[in-house]
Amino acid sequence: MRGTTADLDTAVRELARPVSYPVGTSPDRPDGPPKTKGEFAYSSDLWAQDMLWGRALRSPHPYARIRSLDIAAALAQPGVHAVLTHEDVPGRKTYGLLIPDQPVLAHDVVRFQGEPVALVAADHPETARRALDLIKVDYEPLEPVTDPEVSIAGTAPPLHPEGNIVAQLHIRHGDVAAASERADVTVTGTYELGMQDQAFLGPESGLALPSQDGGVELFIATQWLHADREQMAASLGLSPEKVRLTSAGIGGAFGGREDLSIQIHACLLALHTGRPIKMSYGREESFFGHVHRHPGRLEYEHGATRDGILTHVKARVVLDGGAYASTSREVIVVAATTAAGPYAVDHAEIDAYSTYTNNPPCGAMRGFGAVQSCFGYESQMDKLAAALDMDPVELRRRNVLPTGGKTPTGQVVDVPVPVRELLDQLEAMPLPPAENPDEERMRPGGVANTTHGEGVRRGVGYAVGFKNIGFSSGADDYSTARVRLSVSRGELTAEVHTAGLEVGQGLVVVQAQIARTELGVDHVLVLPADTQIGNAGSSSASRQSWLTGGAVQTTCAAVAAEVLERTAQRLGVNTDRCRLDAGQIVTAAGDFVASMVDIVADEPIELIREYHARKTTPLDANGQGDPHWAFAFAAHRAVVDVDVELGLVRVIELAVAQDVGKALNPKALEGQIEGGSAQGLGLALMEEIQVEDGCVRNPSFTDYLVPTILDVPPMRLAILELPTPHGPYGLNGAGEPPTISSTPAVVAAVRAATGMPLPRVPVRPTDIVEASLLT
Amino acid sequence: MEFLQPSDWQDALAAKAAFPDAVPVRGGTDVMVEMNFDRGRPAALLDLSHVKELGEWGRDDTDDTCVRIGAGVTYTRVLRELGTTVPGLAQAARTVGSPQIRNRGTIGGNLGAASPAGDCHPVLLAADAVYEVESAARGVRRIGADEFYLGPKRNSLDADELIRAIVVRATDTGQQFAKIGTRNAMVIAACSFAVAINREVRSVRTGIGSAGPTPLRAPEAETYLTDMMTQGELWEGGRLPDADVLKRFGDLVAGAARPIDDVRATAAYRRHSLRVMARRTATWALRQSC
Ligand SMILES: Cc1cc2nc3c(=O)[nH]c(=O)nc-3n(C[C@H](O)[C@H](O)[C@H](O)COP(=O)(O)OP(=O)(O)OC[C@H]3O[C@@H](n4cnc5c(N)ncnc54)[C@H](O)[C@@H]3O)c2cc1C
Repeated sequence: MRGTTADLDTAVRELARPVSYPVGTSPDRPDGPPKTKGEFAYSSDLWAQDMLWGRALRSPHPYARIRSLDIAAALAQPGVHAVLTHEDVPGRKTYGLLIPDQPVLAHDVVRFQGEPVALVAADHPETARRALDLIKVDYEPLEPVTDPEVSIAGTAPPLHPEGNIVAQLHIRHGDVAAASERADVTVTGTYELGMQDQAFLGPESGLALPSQDGGVELFIATQWLHADREQMAASLGLSPEKVRLTSAGIGGAFGGREDLSIQIHACLLALHTGRPIKMSYGREESFFGHVHRHPGRLEYEHGATRDGILTHVKARVVLDGGAYASTSREVIVVAATTAAGPYAVDHAEIDAYSTYTNNPPCGAMRGFGAVQSCFGYESQMDKLAAALDMDPVELRRRNVLPTGGKTPTGQVVDVPVPVRELLDQLEAMPLPPAENPDEERMRPGGVANTTHGEGVRRGVGYAVGFKNIGFSSGADDYSTARVRLSVSRGELTAEVHTAGLEVGQGLVVVQAQIARTELGVDHVLVLPADTQIGNAGSSSASRQSWLTGGAVQTTCAAVAAEVLERTAQRLGVNTDRCRLDAGQIVTAAGDFVASMVDIVADEPIELIREYHARKTTPLDANGQGDPHWAFAFAAHRAVVDVDVELGLVRVIELAVAQDVGKALNPKALEGQIEGGSAQGLGLALMEEIQVEDGCVRNPSFTDYLVPTILDVPPMRLAILELPTPHGPYGLNGAGEPPTISSTPAVVAAVRAATGMPLPRVPVRPTDIVEASLLT
Repeated sequence: MEFLQPSDWQDALAAKAAFPDAVPVRGGTDVMVEMNFDRGRPAALLDLSHVKELGEWGRDDTDDTCVRIGAGVTYTRVLRELGTTVPGLAQAARTVGSPQIRNRGTIGGNLGAASPAGDCHPVLLAADAVYEVESAARGVRRIGADEFYLGPKRNSLDADELIRAIVVRATDTGQQFAKIGTRNAMVIAACSFAVAINREVRSVRTGIGSAGPTPLRAPEAETYLTDMMTQGELWEGGRLPDADVLKRFGDLVAGAARPIDDVRATAAYRRHSLRVMARRTATWALRQSC
């Protein structure tokens, strides 16, 4: 079998040269060369002898009753080995990351366009596809609920037993009524965000193999093995030990793989047929097969004194979760708790809702609620600055949340809030030349020859963003590592095993760097992530370097202590102040004590440890509590040229300042910052799943546009390393922050160029062109 | 599925005559996408990628002011080799897809697909191109670009015919092509516009893309600008009409479009952007052709 992280792992082994790559260096990614050469084995390349192809039949309607389902013709088709419906789900008929409300296969009703209704296994993908056409489903289409306000009002029929609100939060902080009396200036605004997609390049895919004990093995590109396993075991009616998962070559995730896609389906088919089952979505199916970023509507009121000190913030945040809960309950917590921005706001009233509708389900995507709130509060900060006739950067500086200050939930922020430093860095960077360089690729419209300078105006915009790191609201957020130090063929080898998933962010390399740093060993083997080891939590929420990194560090430190202990016993020396360095046990002064090979050769050392984040608490009825265990910050400056007549935009430069605590792998970090910023740019200017009456109008890369290399400008990065007090090596989470402030910065720049209010992203050409010209 | 792979043009024509249902494929950048999405399962594929003649271009035998460009010439080659012979087509080629698509996609394929959004059409309409098609039974037929497009993704090829070449007057000035998309590369036109202005023969021609069921011309706009150039004695000496004439030209182009609202743009925005593109491109074309 090909395509598992074993490939990655082999590459890590090759990488282990005598030169050590500790934390703070940038060893090459093992998957880099094969990916650039087109040789990397993705999960869609998995193959097994005798395997069958699985496919799902999906609902064409956003909301319909299923009157009947007839699979006879499909089943009779030569080459078809199984056709399964909800009746064939042996265990729990529903699944869900936090709330199991989503049918494995629809029964009675379908609640979104693309909801899986039946499964087919056949000996050829084309046979499977054609068999789907032979399944007869008699639908009675129902009027879809598509407006989240209707869901909140409760005037539509309930789509789920608890009604059409997934979660609501009402944060009451200080005395807003009294504070608003002190406001010299008040600005209000309503902001909207369209539905963004993760648009990962490797569609959902995996291979399920029935095992001899009646269990099943799944090789899969995913984000969280243990959460997958728990949901799978429940629906498959198996004990968790009988469901074994191993990570397979992944082509991006960005939150879109946190919910299940093919997992239960492929295993159902494998268990039913007794054959390996391969499932692999095409691009169009992928658009229906994973959750998207919540579209949002945010209403704000900000008040300030004449000298620009915030008096109060009122916000109403509505995020539409679509047909099923997914992570809507948690996303709304992040949106609500970040809704006032990284600013000192002593008086706040924040009402936040996530809703059920018949729109496509929405869940995790990079930024997880903080993207939506940031577009709201940063748009408001600019509006407020304009009302005060104050420089928008200066207004932000005056309101930075101090260390020791409280967020609207009453949580004391006990870490640095480097907003001023980030803004200073950005302002200190030179601006690109004011004249558009005579390079047509840098013009709005690119090479499409729409302007030779006519109608082009320059704009500059700033934005700051922040987000919590990791899981919130009282969850025990942790990861697990096993480290084995041994000597094989005379060479000292450290084996690192976690369930932390590589999703492209570089976790494999970072784990190896940490092990080298802690153990002074060059030869590090990072084993494929699987469910043979304890939970690592999800590769999301910017948490893996911190938590799985922390688990590897903790475990390595315990192994190192064991080495010293054993050295002390064997040699009868005091090793209290000794350390491990390049294969040796040395004194504090660096003098040789013993060779690690000699100490470890006859008996390997193997330990498992967990690393837990600080405790958090859920919010109470007034939205008060300490829901977050860490915060991270970034800021952007965007420079754009806009063809105001045609409404086309070219981002000329994007500058990013981010505090990362400590850059474990600077090159990988830069990749995260550039990629995240590009994703934010995409939301600002083009990325939107267009939904009409519950149906997706653009489920393809022909019309769901992500930025190309000609849309993403050169970026200037300022990476701050202000040690985070309780982070391993002082690090902070870094994956999400660059996505958050990028969007409002780009929009602020477009507003500056055009003078248009632009309350909605993505900004469309018709939002820029004067309305009177569009009749 | 039958797979036919003729090695030269005569074989290709014979194969098409024998299998009129066969779908020709050259670059495959349209055909393979359709097949992947299961929109139509052709009974046979007629692979033209080995037909060398289709990849050639040169002076036209019957009119040496014209070039004859094989239907199988790719966008990359148009860009590299024809930039000063059919500049508008090279501009259009530049905006097509990505480098990979430009390496495989061909002009003939664009005509075969006849999508109203195809980037070659507005330029070829404006440049007054003629399409050379051929069948084994009836030999060569030359179809004016104006007559070629019948409806969305429908052209006037007969079942036994293949597209051999396009024939177009060689010029290094006076052509402009512009295309609107919501990103700066790799985008299907939300709408597009081409203009070809020839001061020598005193003609103005236009082409509109993605703003009607077929690629269109704007005859009133052409006549108006031609008349104003003549009345104002502007044809010679590189002179330009007044701004309001160019503006009116833009309005007439917009008026000729028959756009709809769809996922890529609204009808109103399509009209508006045509107005702007027409004004701007005509200005550039007139400045260029002195
Ligand atoms: C990612 C992507 C981006 C794209 N971007 C653009 C774009 O920006 N602008 C644009 O205009 N198009 C674009 N296209 C569409 C496509 O690339 C073009 O239409 C291209 O010109 C097709 O050429 P081809 O040789 O690949 O055609 P094929 O796919 O081989 O054929 C296309 C059609 O023409 C017929 N055909 C081909 N050759 C002949 C012949 N000699 N005689 C008769 N019929 C023939 C075929 O039967 C078929 O109907 C894009 C496509 C993709 C996949």
